[in-house]
Amino acid sequence: MDIAITNFKRCDVVKANGRIDSYTSPDLEKAFNEITEAGKFKIVFDMSDVNFVSSKGWWVLIDNQKKCRRYKRGEVVLANIQKDIQESLGLVGLSNYFKVFDDVTSAVGSF
Amino acid sequence: LVKTNTLLKRTFPGRYESLASIRGFVVQAAKDAGLSEEDIYRVELSVDEACTNIIEHAYGGEDRGDINCTLNIEEGGLRIRLQDFGEPFNPSKVPAPRFDVPIDQLKSRGVGFFLMKKLMDELHYESTPQGGNVMVMYKSK
Repeated sequence: MDIAITNFKRCDVVKANGRIDSYTSPDLEKAFNEITEAGKFKIVFDMSDVNFVSSKGWWVLIDNQKKCRRYKRGEVVLANIQKDIQESLGLVGLSNYFKVFDDVTSAVGSF
Repeated sequence: LVKTNTLLKRTFPGRYESLASIRGFVVQAAKDAGLSEEDIYRVELSVDEACTNIIEHAYGGEDRGDINCTLNIEEGGLRIRLQDFGEPFNPSKVPAPRFDVPIDQLKSRGVGFFLMKKLMDELHYESTPQGGNVMVMYKSK
């Protein structure tokens, strides 16, 4: 799985490509850690090229959401989720914990 | 062309790196069984969650045993049998996770099984007399 981080003035955008499962989720965790360890907590996760997310992947996002929202210092928001993935997020009941945007521009603009 | 009454068997090493090939094996059979795109994703996700549970809970870690995957393409859908040789682990005994709580109280345990139950049409678990576990799941067309 390839992961790219783009720094914007107001937030950081993480763009992953491929399938997020128990094998690849540590890579995602590393990318988020890189941002939060630099003291930045406003993060857009661009999921346009992500075509699979297991509960392990959601857990990386939940853990980071906890970290980012602490002290109201930021948030993780999601952009461009594919339909199947969005359905499973809703089924688990985790969609309540994330703002979802149709594109990266509006996600970035939300900060 | 839908191929019915086909039985496919493969054994995978119980490690996270195997998940992609296990999913690939199952996705191909789900296509051959004539499942819809949406159902193929549901099957793929359920199998991933089940195999992650096997590695994490039945084997207690990676590289401690194999996962036998048997696929039966039936007239009405796809039947999947996953067998391991680890400690008995019945996921239905894990309390259902709660999602109506503040984010700091969310717990990850049990989420995989909860998803599988929602995504598949049938789900059976049994521990085998010779040790290990068998999970059978079915998705109809």
